[in-house]
This record gives sequence, C-alpha cells and structure tokens, in this order.
Amino acid sequence: MIDIIGLIFICIGLAFDFFGCLGLVRLPDVYNRLQAATKSVTLGTCSILFGTFLVVGFTAAGLKSLMCIVFLLLTAPVAAHAVARGAHRAGVKLAKESIVDRYAEDKEGEI
Amino acid sequence: MKSRIILFVLAFLAWCFLNWVPDWQHLTTGFFVAFFVALITGDLFVTRPLLLKHPYRWWCFIVCYLPRFLWECIKANIDVAYRVAHPKLPINPGIVKVKTSLKTDTGLTFLANSITLTPGTMSVDIDRDNGVLYIHWINVKDKETEAATKIIVERFEKILAKIFE
Repeated sequence: MIDIIGLIFICIGLAFDFFGCLGLVRLPDVYNRLQAATKSVTLGTCSILFGTFLVVGFTAAGLKSLMCIVFLLLTAPVAAHAVARGAHRAGVKLAKESIVDRYAEDKEGEI
Repeated sequence: MKSRIILFVLAFLAWCFLNWVPDWQHLTTGFFVAFFVALITGDLFVTRPLLLKHPYRWWCFIVCYLPRFLWECIKANIDVAYRVAHPKLPINPGIVKVKTSLKTDTGLTFLANSITLTPGTMSVDIDRDNGVLYIHWINVKDKETEAATKIIVERFEKILAKIFE
C-alpha cells in the first residue's frame, strides 16, 4: 500500500518537473524562467524525494532523501534570488510584455 | 557559547542522518567533525540562541507557518503549470516594490524565501534600511506599493513576526 502512495508522489513530482522545464523553454526572459524553474522544480523534486522515502522506508537512502528535502527548500529560493539580483545588476532587460520596473527606477544613478 | 552548542548538536544530527545506520566509528568521527565545525563557524549561524527556547514560537512555526507555506507552494505550482501549458502564455510581468515591517535577519530571510515559493512572485532584492523588498511578479495586479504589499506580504508577515521578532 505504502509503495503505491510513494509511486503516486513520484508521478506527481515528475509532472511538476516537466511543467517547470516546459516553462524554461516557453517563457520569455530570465526572471519569468527563474519563476518556473524555482517553484516547479523545488516542489517537484521534493515530491520525488518524499516518494522515494515512502518506498524505501527508514533506510540510509530514505533518511538522506529527507535531508535533501530540507536543504532544497532552504537553498533553492536563495539561489533564485541571487541569480535574479545578479541578472538585474548586470543589465539584463525585462521582457517587452513587462508593464512596470520599480527596481530600475529606484536604482537609477547608482552602480 | 550557547550558539556553538546548538550548532554542534545540529551538525552532529546532520552527520548521523547522512551516515545511517550509526555505529561507534561513525559517531566518533562525527563528534570530532561537528566539534571542529562548531569551533570555526560558531557565531555565524545561530545569532540569537534565546529564540529557540520559546515553545510558543515553535508552536507557531509548526502549526501556523508550515501548513500555510505548503498550501501556498502547491497553489504556486498549479499556477505555474497553468500559465506554462496555456497556448497563449497569459503573463503580465513586472517588478514591484513592497514594504515590510520585519527587521531581523532570520525573519527577512524567511519572508523572502516564502515569497519566492508562493504563487507568481519572486524576491529580487532587499533594502534593509528602508524595509523595502523588490518583487518580480508574473501577473501584476497592482503597480502601487501599498496595494501590492497588501496582496503579497501580508499572507506571511503576521505569522513570521510572531515567530522571529
């Protein structure tokens, strides 16, 4: 029974990872792509790891996958923040559909 | 000193999880490694050890924050999946400015991380002196600072203020 629940978690995770990768291809600029990448890939990968934990139980691999969930949840948003800030400071423009950029307005004259 | 002890315990626990099943050789090595780590990076990681002593804050963290965060995270994923799979790509992106009243390091970090993993928003930069966050929003509903603050920040700010301030 618990194997089936684990496999369902793994399938959900794979679906979210797929949508995250599709977002990387389809969305227009760095910032939108980062959004798709961080959100979907974080929860998708966490779901896969949790499914793995359910399937293998409290073994060496299962406990490591639980640790990975914690580290992933803590580090993925920080990495996205660093990439987005670096891209903006390096002068990467927002996509042409964008309607407002308060960051550029406030940072004018600095740097 | 207190923060070093907490860091030692955390490092030792992480070591034990990574080297499951524990036997005495692993535990001895882990003891020395954790001691070394705690000695070098003592005050960098845990700056306010007193916070960990309040049961009320733990209670808030586990009962109020975690379910809220998981729910928003799942909503965010469905939102991204919908936008990406839609043939017309319904996005309306932009960077808005929001204000926050949180002051501490941990509180701001958790707020920025929560914003990144919730529907449609991602934190780009923080200005600590003015308490301002710059948020990239995939579907801008309101350009003005106050209205955006109401929509984005207030989901988490009250809970985080209870836990970390």
